[in-house]
Amino acid sequence: MKFQVERDVFAEAVAWAARTLPQRPPVPVLAGLLLEAGSTGGALALSSFDYEVSANAEIDVTVAEPGRALVSGRLLAEISRSLPAQPVDVTVDGARVVLSCGSARFTLPTLPVDDYPTLPDMPSTAGTIGADVFATAVSQVAVAAGRDDTLPVLTGVRIEIEDDRVTLAATDRYRLAVRELRWQPERAGMSAVALVPARTLADTAKALTGGAQVSVALSTGDDAGAGQGLIGFAGKGAAGQHGERRTTTRLLDGEYVKYRSLLPDNCAAYAQVETASFVEAVKRVALVAPRNTPVRLTFTADQVLLEAGTGEDAQASESLDSLFESNDAPVEDFSIAFNPAYLLDGLQAVDAETTRLEFTTPTKPAILRGGKESESAAHEQDLRNDYRYLLMPVRLSG
Amino acid sequence: MTTPAARRAPQSAPLPRPRGEASILHADLDAFYAAVEQRDKPSLRGKPVIVGGTGGRGVVATASYEAREFGVHSAMSAVEARARCPKAAFLSPRFDAYQATSRVIMDLLRELSPLVEPLSLDEAYVDLAAGGHPDLSDDGVRAIAAALKERVRERTGLTVSVGAGSSKLIAKIASDLDKPNGLLVIGAGDEDDALRGLPVTRLPGVGPATSARLRAIGVNLIGDLAALPEADVVAALGRTHGRGLWLLAHGLDDRAVVAERESKSVSVEDTFEHDIADLNRLSAIADAMARRVVDRMRRARLSGRTVSVKVRLPDFTTLTRSATLPAPTDDARTVARLARQLLGDVDVSAGLRLLGVGVSGLSDWTQGDLFAADTDDAAPEAEAALEAEPATAAPTRPSYPPGRDVHHDEFGHGWVQGAGSGWVTVRFETRDTPPGKVRSFRVTDSRLQPAPPVTD
Repeated sequence: MKFQVERDVFAEAVAWAARTLPQRPPVPVLAGLLLEAGSTGGALALSSFDYEVSANAEIDVTVAEPGRALVSGRLLAEISRSLPAQPVDVTVDGARVVLSCGSARFTLPTLPVDDYPTLPDMPSTAGTIGADVFATAVSQVAVAAGRDDTLPVLTGVRIEIEDDRVTLAATDRYRLAVRELRWQPERAGMSAVALVPARTLADTAKALTGGAQVSVALSTGDDAGAGQGLIGFAGKGAAGQHGERRTTTRLLDGEYVKYRSLLPDNCAAYAQVETASFVEAVKRVALVAPRNTPVRLTFTADQVLLEAGTGEDAQASESLDSLFESNDAPVEDFSIAFNPAYLLDGLQAVDAETTRLEFTTPTKPAILRGGKESESAAHEQDLRNDYRYLLMPVRLSG
Repeated sequence: MTTPAARRAPQSAPLPRPRGEASILHADLDAFYAAVEQRDKPSLRGKPVIVGGTGGRGVVATASYEAREFGVHSAMSAVEARARCPKAAFLSPRFDAYQATSRVIMDLLRELSPLVEPLSLDEAYVDLAAGGHPDLSDDGVRAIAAALKERVRERTGLTVSVGAGSSKLIAKIASDLDKPNGLLVIGAGDEDDALRGLPVTRLPGVGPATSARLRAIGVNLIGDLAALPEADVVAALGRTHGRGLWLLAHGLDDRAVVAERESKSVSVEDTFEHDIADLNRLSAIADAMARRVVDRMRRARLSGRTVSVKVRLPDFTTLTRSATLPAPTDDARTVARLARQLLGDVDVSAGLRLLGVGVSGLSDWTQGDLFAADTDDAAPEAEAALEAEPATAAPTRPSYPPGRDVHHDEFGHGWVQGAGSGWVTVRFETRDTPPGKVRSFRVTDSRLQPAPPVTD
């Protein structure tokens, strides 16, 4: 194998393909990045696979001699990232890969290509979705996914497809984020569900914003058998023109929580705050709330008071303008307390100038969503308005 | 030239100095659990009472003085205790009753000084020097102690032994020397005389291992230990332990009385009658323990974020494993889930002697759980989906361990004298009644219910 490639194109593709490589691979070959030159015309395919996630990038190179080689992905990523801005020459020399760029020269041992597992086939395409909308929606939802591996189901983002509507949902049982958006299904009337590891999904969506669309491929456990469900994404990287990126990830098994019943139809009261200044204020008072001890919010007709810290500990308070309206009998004031980190996650995910906080009681979940529906937003229903962040308050027993 | 390290003189820290007056009090309730039982169960007054685990591997927690005459003492196995004193009333502990009484007593101690250091439910140090008492002469302290004993008797009906001395060590030894219902002040300057003739096991930190090593160098009494050069003791016991004991043997103790710290953890543990190697059974027990821990936390209005599991293997190796949540919880299922997972990481194939579940990192707030909000309107299906395995069913029928408080719609308040074969035998009496009558009921009798203890 022998090829020449542009430095930036190479570095970006290697970074993409190597990003999911395991830190401590169960078998040595899984630490490898597979380079295949010429097998698909004048292109280089870079692939990685750890039996959970596969990643694949294709870039244009000048192939002098087709062939393939498996090298340490981590090392190749570090090297390619540090190369000078000059063409990169890669050659297989016996059991070694020689990489030269300008006057820099690296010799890397190869791993046995024949031992490398076959990457899973991309399932059939289910539809396409706007790359930016997808990236935003996934980041809004993934923030609420659990990180506790003892409840694997909650470490996933639930994707529900119903014709041209997609619902993304994630919860760590303390908050629940739900986003609805539209997409272009491959066939009308399709219906499917999938549970995708949240971290992988968030990384993927972020890395595929180079093109206009991301295509989603799905084979759910139903047709493939339990534990065999697979979702694939294809799109373009940051610098769009450099070929296609594809990735597949195994779906999580297990029954997802019935979260829809948690979303209330109405609320007793709601408050509207200016998101940026509210975020700043929460961050400030939370300085005295170590280990995410609660921040207390007290809403009156036109103000919200933020407080943190109790007793002999450091304390902080700040008040801000806010609108507060009760749907039932007029309420003098309304107090509720939250984990400040969860509150900030929600405010930042709402991604709107004003945030509407909807309440029922101080012990029931509050809903955060973008406030002030503008005229145009009513038309583009598929955007920010369809995001809800349900946050369970903190109960103070003191 | 000498290096700094070579020049370093042998470390001789300044000797701790006990105070010049006997201003540290040690209060120790006499046979506390048993005394509370005798107070609340008039028919048991003056009779041998043994409180503790009543199962095969149960251990005596407290024996009344009447039972002690038969050679029964705490930490003895329940089997041996029964053999020595078959006529004794064997009762399961009623911790809520003991806690309620303990609170009353600790409050009385806090009237003497803000510096009260509880060691357990029935034992505490009090630093009188911090209490603004004008007269801390031996007689003055004796008067304070006598008044305390009287108030404890009035308020709780119990007797307390009180010792006072110039240090914690002396105060504790004083309360012990004059038990039960004792009052002994060891004046400043009399420490050596008081200590000299006592067995060395009276010193804190001298257990079976240390006392065996001390016996090997001819030390049986505290006086023997005090007579040795410090270096010999250090050679036998190591630097820290050796020096510490040598100082205590000389009555040199300046440990401060530390006011009650907030509790740092809530835990329960059980020693099994037979070693258990079945992970499913252990998990079920861990579930039940998680419920007990959470129950206690909730009563104390606490939550916690670190769950730990303690196990003891047949060879007495004790292991602790813990996991920390992102936010404090008081949800039994969350605690149970982590406990089960931690237990799963332990090799239980050889069986466990003991299992414990605890929660630490305590807070006074709880991050609400969307799926536990209240089961009425929070999606029961969601709940079911989260619970991969069904939690072992809580016993639906009330349990009636001996000693438990019960209420009968017709006969009022009583306690379980025995239960079995579907029958419960109850004696109807309270601390304010004469010894009461005994009646038996079917376990299923709906008029009979477990009840909280009668408190003042």
